[in-house]
Amino acid sequence: MSFIAKPRVAHPNLPRNDLGLTVREYEGAMSTLCAGCGHDSITGAIMQAVFELSIPPHRLAKLSGIGCSSKTPAYFASASHGFNTVHGRMPSVATGANAANQDLHYIGVSGDGDTLSIGLGQFLHAVRRNLNMLYLIENNGVYGLTKGQFSASADLGSKAKKGDVNQQPPIDPALTLLATGATFIARSFSGDRAQLVPLIKAGMKHRGFAVIDVISPCVTFNDHEGSTKSYEFTRKHSMTAIYTDFVPPAKEIRAEYEAGKAMPVRMHDGTEIVLRKADGAYDPTDRTAAFQYLQERQRAGEIVTGLLYIDETKPDMHELANTPPGPLATLPFAKVCPGSKTLASIQAKFR
Amino acid sequence: MQPTNTKNPDYFHKVVDCQWACPAHTDVPGYIRLIAQGKYTEAFLLNRASNVFPGILGRVCDRPCEPACRRGRVEDKPVAICRLKRVAADLADDYSGFLPKPVARRNGKRVAIVGAGPASLTVANDLLPLGYEVVIFEAQKVPGGLMRSNIPSFRLPAEVLDREIGDIIGMGAELKLGHRIESLKKLRGEGYDAIFVGTGAPKGKELKLPGRYDDKDHVHIGIDWLEAVAFDHVKSIGEKVLIIGVGNTAMDCCRTSLRLGAKSVKVMARKPRQFFKASPWELEDAEEETVEIVINRSPKAFVTEGGRLKGMLFDVMEYDIDARGRITAERITGEELLPADDIVLAIGQENAFPWIERDLGIEFDKWDVPKVDEKTFESTLPGVFFGGDAAFGPKNIIWAVEHGHQAAISIHKHCQGEPVADRLPDGMNLQTSKMGMHEWAYSNNYDGAERRLMPHVSLKERFSKLNIEVELGFTAEEAMEEVERCLNCDVQTVFTDKLCIECDACIDICPVDCLTITPVGSEEELRGRLTAPALNVTQALFVSGALPQTGRVMVKDEDLCVHCGLCAERCPTAAWDMQKFTLLRPKAIDEANRPTPGKRQFGT
Repeated sequence: MSFIAKPRVAHPNLPRNDLGLTVREYEGAMSTLCAGCGHDSITGAIMQAVFELSIPPHRLAKLSGIGCSSKTPAYFASASHGFNTVHGRMPSVATGANAANQDLHYIGVSGDGDTLSIGLGQFLHAVRRNLNMLYLIENNGVYGLTKGQFSASADLGSKAKKGDVNQQPPIDPALTLLATGATFIARSFSGDRAQLVPLIKAGMKHRGFAVIDVISPCVTFNDHEGSTKSYEFTRKHSMTAIYTDFVPPAKEIRAEYEAGKAMPVRMHDGTEIVLRKADGAYDPTDRTAAFQYLQERQRAGEIVTGLLYIDETKPDMHELANTPPGPLATLPFAKVCPGSKTLASIQAKFR
Repeated sequence: MQPTNTKNPDYFHKVVDCQWACPAHTDVPGYIRLIAQGKYTEAFLLNRASNVFPGILGRVCDRPCEPACRRGRVEDKPVAICRLKRVAADLADDYSGFLPKPVARRNGKRVAIVGAGPASLTVANDLLPLGYEVVIFEAQKVPGGLMRSNIPSFRLPAEVLDREIGDIIGMGAELKLGHRIESLKKLRGEGYDAIFVGTGAPKGKELKLPGRYDDKDHVHIGIDWLEAVAFDHVKSIGEKVLIIGVGNTAMDCCRTSLRLGAKSVKVMARKPRQFFKASPWELEDAEEETVEIVINRSPKAFVTEGGRLKGMLFDVMEYDIDARGRITAERITGEELLPADDIVLAIGQENAFPWIERDLGIEFDKWDVPKVDEKTFESTLPGVFFGGDAAFGPKNIIWAVEHGHQAAISIHKHCQGEPVADRLPDGMNLQTSKMGMHEWAYSNNYDGAERRLMPHVSLKERFSKLNIEVELGFTAEEAMEEVERCLNCDVQTVFTDKLCIECDACIDICPVDCLTITPVGSEEELRGRLTAPALNVTQALFVSGALPQTGRVMVKDEDLCVHCGLCAERCPTAAWDMQKFTLLRPKAIDEANRPTPGKRQFGT
């Protein structure tokens, strides 16, 4: 952490987005995480993405649970809505918020502990509901806030800082999500901003539950030799299966993509993303093939990154529940509170 | 782009824009930091080491440092560097104990110095402590040269001049006042081991137009007239005065006129304001005193009636100026007659060496100016050196000081029988500023304070006497606010590529987006694809070697770095460090202390 705050002085030639804002207007409080934490870099990527999407800060809601990762919403977009919930319970609070106001952009930031240990049940049920939000897992394989014990995502054989070797198999978020019917599954690395920013933008445009599992090295407890979540190990073993290009609504998709290798995907709001395949055999819309591919590459010791699976056709929570459009607060009172007679008739159905 | 060679002292020196722009390379951030600590005497002495005349220059320096100041690019206005120098001089305690005493045993070498201006005095300052016998010949009855005769006392009080010149003479110089050298040949015959010529550019330029000599008493050459005022030969001027020319001398002439009884003073400029030679602050000070600056008037003729000056006739000019600000065409659109009781010509000055015989072996160029080596300041006659305005024409005091330092090195080497061109190179010292986890040995927080305004004596009071100093100087409190505006550019961001793990922490924290990790490319191409495009090509890009994990490079655009140290503070591996840069610029004493040829080491 730093004793002085980042000075307000800025570069005079900073680019401005459609709202006339610079990326500096999407900043938050000064980070209190360790210097060099991967989470801070992800914070930077989120700021860049929401800046590029020209989302007004006050139309953004950021939610988190408990952990180092869950501190990060404090470090971006000070002018937006935020909720720091109970450990592992962020999906429920996000569900409630989204139910009340579906017009906000929801970003949930969680960690491997908050998501895959204490919050695994909440997490998978949010997947089932296809809650419309972007859910980031800042995945470092350790419980950093409690001084570096193995987490549920620590790989078999991975070494702790003091030399202990992990004996329990990990929960792989991508494979778990494929198995539970998630509609947007991506993996990235905090040290690869060029890949992460378009993924965040695509995830925010996805109508439904978009998860990005971001390998985010813990510089203090998990950046040593023998770690499988260090900067060096991740850089050596990561392999991009799919390059994602986010195409702003105003721009036509450029024609230079090779046929068969590029795959445009139309998002729910009409924007498009283009997926460029590094590996021609990979199909990010075929769940079974994706599952097999990920397992093969994992056995070969590779960390596959990119947009691993996408399905834009599935209904989200509001479509499933057949709710009216708009925030509840904007509905006429008579609709939100239809009176005791209506209540009585509903209750009568259950008698 | 190749990795930047930060071993060359010039790289980090250029980052300290003010110091690089200063001809004498004064350690500006260093003395500003000392002022911030209330160490005025130390600040004064640090100044003196480079620029010799802190009190004088703190008032009248041409301040090349201020337009260069990084603060002026980050914000609007640069740090008030020049006036902070004055603070150091104004508030310093008795510093005489820190100056060299006259040496007990001379080294047997004798040096003659012609003229007692800033260049000459600097040579004396550098040579006296080494044991040289220094004799200064000055035509006037007081030393100081143009600092005394051409800068009015309401800008530079005589006490300040006396004190700082006295410091040098007090080291044991022999000062021969009222002693004009009429012949270099004769002087050479007096057995000196070296001669330094610091006679300035004493000849004001003429304006040979019709009527120039019809009323000689009321048409004056600017620098001669200022000198006559300085030495009390002229005590009044007419009510209506025209100043021809718009340089800094013109500003001194118009303001002096107001103090000698002029009621209406007009400064006549041939071109529009953006082409003026005067420093902006001198223009402002003159205009504050109700001087009118008239543009686009080209002098045509002096108008006299019965031998008495009546005014001046001007052509009214019009210019076409292109997008790059250059004049592409000019036209005369009319004529204008302006009445005047006196006219002062301030259109420049020239060198004049009537006292140098042309058969001594000193070559003169086509402008009748001696050929002088730009590094050694030696003329084509070994043992005769030139400096200040006498060397390359009119510049300013701070250039004269630097010429003096360099000429002193040459004179020392000449007298010791060493080749004058074999000089010590610049050196540097880098020392970490890290004091603790979040603690630096400098005030690293960015202070958004605006530039302090220099308080002035009221308009009414300042005209009551010729020598009332207009600028009051900053108080200690005002100085305390101004020093915090300094960005500490000498505390350098030093990068060690093999330690970097490419976590992006520095890039995210940098408030002015000057860092990028990217694949290497050509400079031109790199400048376009950085976090924020590096459009100011006068400012260097730092490029590291290949980073260990990905082979990309760290690029830093030096342009707007505010030296807040947050990159170093957020760096988990200390790949970035903030290190105080000290320029080691050799002076004559360093040459004297050079132990053996080939083995280079600084003495002080």
